[in-house]
Amino acid sequence: MSRKVISGSAAGGVDTGKQLLSVVDLKTHFLTERGTVLAVDGVSLNLERGKTLGVVGESGSGKTILARSIMGLLPKRNVVREGHVYYEGTDIIGHSQNEMRSVWGSEMAMVFQDPMTSLNPVMKVGNQITESLVHHLSMDKSEAKATALALLQSVGIPEPQQRLGEYPHQLSGGMRQRVTIAIALACGPKILFADEPTTALDVTVQAQILNLLGRQQSERHMAMILVTHDLGVVAGRTDDIAVMYAGKIVEQAPTNVLFSKMKMPYTEALVSSIPKLDNPSHTVLEIIPGRPPDLVHPPKGCNFAPRCKYVQDKCLEEEPPLAQAETPGHFYRCWFPVGTPEGRDALGRNLAAAAATSTLGSTPASTTTTLTAAAAATKET
Amino acid sequence: MRFVRKKLVQLIFVLLAVTFLSFLMLNLLPGDTAVVVCGISCDEAGLQQTRTDLGLDKPIPVRYVEWLKNTATGDMGISARNKQPVSEAIRERMPVTIELLIYSQFIALVVAIPFALIAAQRAGGIFDRSSTTIAFGLLSVPSFVIALVFILVFAVNLGWFPAVGYVKFTDNPAENIHDLFLPALTLAVAEMAVYLRLFRTDLISTLQEDYITMAKAKGISSRRVLIRHAVRPSSFSLVTVAGLNFGRLIGGTLIVEVIFALNGLGRYLYDGISGRDYIPVQGAVLVVAVGYVLINFAVDMFYAVIDPRIRHARAIA
Repeated sequence: MSRKVISGSAAGGVDTGKQLLSVVDLKTHFLTERGTVLAVDGVSLNLERGKTLGVVGESGSGKTILARSIMGLLPKRNVVREGHVYYEGTDIIGHSQNEMRSVWGSEMAMVFQDPMTSLNPVMKVGNQITESLVHHLSMDKSEAKATALALLQSVGIPEPQQRLGEYPHQLSGGMRQRVTIAIALACGPKILFADEPTTALDVTVQAQILNLLGRQQSERHMAMILVTHDLGVVAGRTDDIAVMYAGKIVEQAPTNVLFSKMKMPYTEALVSSIPKLDNPSHTVLEIIPGRPPDLVHPPKGCNFAPRCKYVQDKCLEEEPPLAQAETPGHFYRCWFPVGTPEGRDALGRNLAAAAATSTLGSTPASTTTTLTAAAAATKET
Repeated sequence: MRFVRKKLVQLIFVLLAVTFLSFLMLNLLPGDTAVVVCGISCDEAGLQQTRTDLGLDKPIPVRYVEWLKNTATGDMGISARNKQPVSEAIRERMPVTIELLIYSQFIALVVAIPFALIAAQRAGGIFDRSSTTIAFGLLSVPSFVIALVFILVFAVNLGWFPAVGYVKFTDNPAENIHDLFLPALTLAVAEMAVYLRLFRTDLISTLQEDYITMAKAKGISSRRVLIRHAVRPSSFSLVTVAGLNFGRLIGGTLIVEVIFALNGLGRYLYDGISGRDYIPVQGAVLVVAVGYVLINFAVDMFYAVIDPRIRHARAIA
């Protein structure tokens, strides 16, 4: 395999040669009858060996598609996939299915969202684990079985010997997710994609699964991309976080920086929509008004502008570029970032304008229209 | 096993209902067995005599119970027209019908399954679209037309197969399979199209399941993903419909039997009905009903083989 080292001008100018995974301007578009859906629209990110990247976003932000697109797991039909995915310096975007088969399972593996649907209901758990062992590591049946047993043990499944001969429906949700993790880990991948691995599980099991993933990751010195809609999940378990909105990464930073010095109003909105224990009872949670934009016809300017508290005229006209914050490795897309004088001014203007319109007696139909009206009002002054 | 016991009780009820209804309906039809047996030149006294001889003067329920009693002891009665015992006639005619049935379903499945697998892998592709179109075409041609075309092309013009008749399986199996190819293929054509459509559709929806993406993400070959992961969960409709067809064809191969001059059960049933010869019809109906119920039972059992969830649910129940 030829290792092509690319000139490092990807996101943040990091030398992509050193990275285990380097995604450069990845686009994934679906051709539908309604038009082209820009599910992933120019995403760049880097992942070092052994590190964890959290990808956070609402439903429909393109985070699952991003993970599947990096792995090349999307169907070929009616899907346009452009950009570069460098894995150990080699661009795998043009790889055929055949070439990808040596990457899948042994280099990259994925844990899916719902263990109720991601295990084959008519195959024994044991066979679902051993088949990739036999395929990738050319093990014989008894070797593979012994390895599968060890895997089940390491993911914390009681009575693993008996479980090997059972079917998925005989296991609980948490146990099933442990099995899918065992399957993903079977051939010792260097990157694990965990696509909302706890969303479908009981709250009591969620932490167990996340801890298991974390433990396996550090034991195996494996990199992980943890996709979730829950900022709480990634808070203590990731090195970096990328916040996705409408197919784009809108903010990316080391985890502690993101939580302490967020620049993007969307990140702020996500953080303030997390319930906090020290809030008094019956505190009304902040919600993000409106819905993510239609990815067939994304709005002009900033994608988040129609829902943003800080929105100004400029946001509705011009798309903000990815800007570098003061901390290295912290990037964001915003004209009026949170915590800056510009941002404070923008928010102050909007609040004042909203107060003015409401005292004038107009009943705002929605926050969006109020904010847009507020923006228009500011323009006239 | 409770499941088997339940099915057996069900079988008895189905058989009673089916045979009684067929008995009733046959007797409600216009026409008279006595007329057929006695002949056109028969006078009123002769007719009356024939009726008494055949026991036709008794009321329907009495005759049904008599038939039931005899059948339960193994005596299925004799034909009123040619005095042949029904059990003997059925023994003579069953083999060719059963063989035709298995043969045709075998051809249909052997053609439909690989085609469906290839079509489903590239759903919407050229192979998929053309095979679907051809299947629709075949489905809409009546079987007697297909039979006649086959005879014309393969029997008359090319001379590869006999147009009518066959060698018995017990006499020469190879010859027999060769001779019955055209009738079996005729029956298979329509089934083939149905199986292809059905299995293809189920495969396509299975291939969109998460566990297929998961299997793909393991890096195993796409052939293995298809065969090991997708086939079994996709085969429910196929098994159901194939089972129904097996049952339906036990007495339903009439057209093919007539065109290819095969003495099967369908022909026997048809002759019995048109001659108002109700004892043979009763016998044939009984065989068809037993076959139908047994095949349905086999299909039910087969579900449990395909899907462990059904197996376990039944074990618990």
